[in-house]
Amino acid sequence: MATATLPPELRLTHLRQLEAEAIHIIREVVTQFAKPVMLYSIGKDSSVLLHLARKAFYPGKIPFPLLHVNTTWKFGEMISFRDRMAEEIGFDLISHTNPEGIAAGINPFDHGSKNYTDIMKTQALKQALNAGGYDAAFGGARRDEEKSRAKERVFSFRDRNHRWDPKNQRPELWNLYNGRVHKGESIRVFPISNWTELDVWQYIHLEEIPIVPLYYSAVRPVVERDGVIIMVDDDRFVFEDGEKPEMKSVRFRTLGCYPLSGAVESTATTLPEIIQEMLLATRSEREGRVIDYDESGSMEEKKRQGYF
Amino acid sequence: MSHQSELIAKDIDAYLAEHERKDLLRFLTCGSVDDGKSTLIGRLLHDSKMIYEDTLASLEADSTTQGSAGDHVDLALLMDGLKAEREQGITIDVAYRYFSTARRKFIISDTPGHEQYTRNMVTGASTCQLAIILIDARHGVMAQTKRHSFIASLLGIRNVVVAINKMDLVDYSAERFHEIKGEYLAFAKELEQIDPYFIPMSALLGDNVVDKGDNLEWFDGATLMEHLETVDVEAGVDLEHFRMPVQMVSRPNLDFRGFCGTISNGVIRPGDEVASLPSGVTSTVDRIVTFDGDLDFAGPGRAVTLTLTDEIDVSRGDLLVKVGDLPLRSDRFEAMLVWMGEAAMTPGHQYVLQSVNGTSNATVESIVHRVDVNTMERVAADELGLNDIATCLIASDRELLFDRYGDNRQTGSFVLIDKLTNATVGAGMIQSAKSAWDRAPEETLTRQVSGIDAAERAIRYGQQPCTVLLTGLTAAGKSTIATALERELFDRGKVSLRLDGENIRMGISRDLGFTAQERSENLRRVSEVARIANSQGIVAIAALVAPNAEVRGRARELIGSDRFVEVFVDTPIEVCRQRDPEGMYEAADRGDIPMFPGVSATYQRPTDADLVIDTSVQSIEECVSAILKLLGDKGFLRG
Repeated sequence: MATATLPPELRLTHLRQLEAEAIHIIREVVTQFAKPVMLYSIGKDSSVLLHLARKAFYPGKIPFPLLHVNTTWKFGEMISFRDRMAEEIGFDLISHTNPEGIAAGINPFDHGSKNYTDIMKTQALKQALNAGGYDAAFGGARRDEEKSRAKERVFSFRDRNHRWDPKNQRPELWNLYNGRVHKGESIRVFPISNWTELDVWQYIHLEEIPIVPLYYSAVRPVVERDGVIIMVDDDRFVFEDGEKPEMKSVRFRTLGCYPLSGAVESTATTLPEIIQEMLLATRSEREGRVIDYDESGSMEEKKRQGYF
Repeated sequence: MSHQSELIAKDIDAYLAEHERKDLLRFLTCGSVDDGKSTLIGRLLHDSKMIYEDTLASLEADSTTQGSAGDHVDLALLMDGLKAEREQGITIDVAYRYFSTARRKFIISDTPGHEQYTRNMVTGASTCQLAIILIDARHGVMAQTKRHSFIASLLGIRNVVVAINKMDLVDYSAERFHEIKGEYLAFAKELEQIDPYFIPMSALLGDNVVDKGDNLEWFDGATLMEHLETVDVEAGVDLEHFRMPVQMVSRPNLDFRGFCGTISNGVIRPGDEVASLPSGVTSTVDRIVTFDGDLDFAGPGRAVTLTLTDEIDVSRGDLLVKVGDLPLRSDRFEAMLVWMGEAAMTPGHQYVLQSVNGTSNATVESIVHRVDVNTMERVAADELGLNDIATCLIASDRELLFDRYGDNRQTGSFVLIDKLTNATVGAGMIQSAKSAWDRAPEETLTRQVSGIDAAERAIRYGQQPCTVLLTGLTAAGKSTIATALERELFDRGKVSLRLDGENIRMGISRDLGFTAQERSENLRRVSEVARIANSQGIVAIAALVAPNAEVRGRARELIGSDRFVEVFVDTPIEVCRQRDPEGMYEAADRGDIPMFPGVSATYQRPTDADLVIDTSVQSIEECVSAILKLLGDKGFLRG
């Protein structure tokens, strides 16, 4: 009854297998939950997730909204990219900013990255999720990002306070995902859990997925502060004594709020060049990763509090 | 982490093209820190140049202060060690690790090997295609080796690598290697493994992990990495039995209605005839729709959207299969259950069962036997604690469609969920469908014995009891023959009991419909009544469609082969259709009667009937005579 081996035409490459797994997960969410939402950070992982969602429901439209937690300090190019995508692809975009944070004038220059992140990101996300009454929220996190993620489930349970309990996770077997929750509880869903950073880049290359131009090198106004290259994205930038913007060819490996995102000096202007740089850089530019991975530095702690 | 290929710097486009062609292998590492599991994983990553140089530099520094590897770099420090996790009280769990080489991407399900983490190992194994079983060469096959091998086999992993590690501590002895290999093969006979691959190695020193090394020259097999890169894990993929569990129905507009799902087994092409289960309604595949365009065919693992040529009712939890290739269906089945809940499972408690069929309510009716994971022995059990594995009888409040887990890991698996906490508490692998045919009577019941014996009855009635089963299509003439036979026996002074399928459904089986399972139950009831009649000296005449050969076999078994006479009323279907007294064939053609044997369900023709008659060419009298002659020849009509 079984064939000796799989004929080549039926063989799926690792990216096609990862893609099929993600599509299966995304479809599962839509049927198991009453009100799912997809968190959209505008970064490359979000772009992949969005692309997979389009594939999952083709020829239909994406049947849930995309939620962007807007700290108001995102790169201008990110916001214009976001709006362009919403227009071109035709998804339902919800943007939320913490009104209390705005009222209090919270910003990354005066209030420190920790407070700022908590108020404008973690609290804002909780507000938006509560307001929407969402019982499932997709995220683009991957297990290879850092140690505490290596054990996180694809369907990751959150209590009423959006907290994650790493010691009490549901066993996840085969492709059966248990999405049962009581009222107020929710599930964070990570369809690209099994992807590595290289898989993501390779898939973007293969599928020609649009990404924010900031990932590509260009001459941009920057200042160097404590060894970190920060872009002067708009006139809200607070210069310290003696600081002056310089024009440098830089690009970003991860995108967030512009005052908190470190750039790398680079001349990579094509995807293959970016991938090449990433693969070669990991050996010698570990110090750069501290910035890249700033958000995940104490990820487990943040996740317990309800951040993604 | 990714493979540090020279192509990256030289020709990135070539590197990307190469990377794009890789396939994926998910494997399980079974063992504990003491077996050198972390060292092995560290070595795989290190020697395949997955570890960045600065990581290695800091590792070398750490090794001299905290390592346990003497002068060597302690690669186990690369993994977040289990000990540290245990000290910090972090749940010991499945950790997934990723690496790739020029040929393949690998996902490691890294689980601890101790008995108290059996559930984690089961979880990790559920998605793996291959397992590496680690054996310490000094200790040979131990209880944990058997446990790991059993779990891997239980979860359907057929590709096993037995890594006999720490060969450096037994002087790289070939004799020791062969001794352990022999020990392993002796106990693994009972396990379903495809020819385990044995490999002597030293993960600590790197022998036979990625590179061959100089110490094991007597071994001429592939190194572990060579094996992982080349082993054909897709050998044996089932391309024949198409199964697509329907995840969702896509209806973006009035003109499009697609059924979305991931194909678990088999291959589908436009034009293929498919049946949607449980309804049994059939249609033809029109298109295989994907974002990247329609496909000419799709095989296992593809997430697709199928459109059909007919507007038929299909919903989430339904199973699309090829016509005539049915899965098992039952509301009761036997399964291997791994208990994962902190609270013990006692039979009778209700859980939510989740499978490709969606969810239903289910109870574990009974524990058939528990399996000791260390010895694989069957032991009795009243309840299941955390990590226990047992064969159980499961009852669902609705009929489920499934395959044996051994045939299909997707359609053969389920999880049990606690109704209060929503936690996943059990993982099940279905072994077989069970129905009332299998159910043993309550042990408290006692059979009342008659005061009249069989010989007395035979003398009084002038006959030996038997059961005549008239099987055949609707309108084949079964009931007419049964009635005529009854008349003839009566006139000859014989005593018979006529059991007409339709009459039975008006009373005893009033609660049954016409699914395969219900037809089976109807025949079971008729067979039980016939058995009672036979036990009291009476000839039973049963006239039912009885379309399923296996179910007819069970009737034969219940009544007793020596008393069971199977008569196949083989009237051609065209003739049956012309007769069609109640217009049932027409209704079935319209789809009004689902699962109608001969139209929308299969009638399995008997191949070993005691007698075949055909009412289109034989008169009723001729048919009855033929049956009477057969009964006479078999000695049933003499006292």
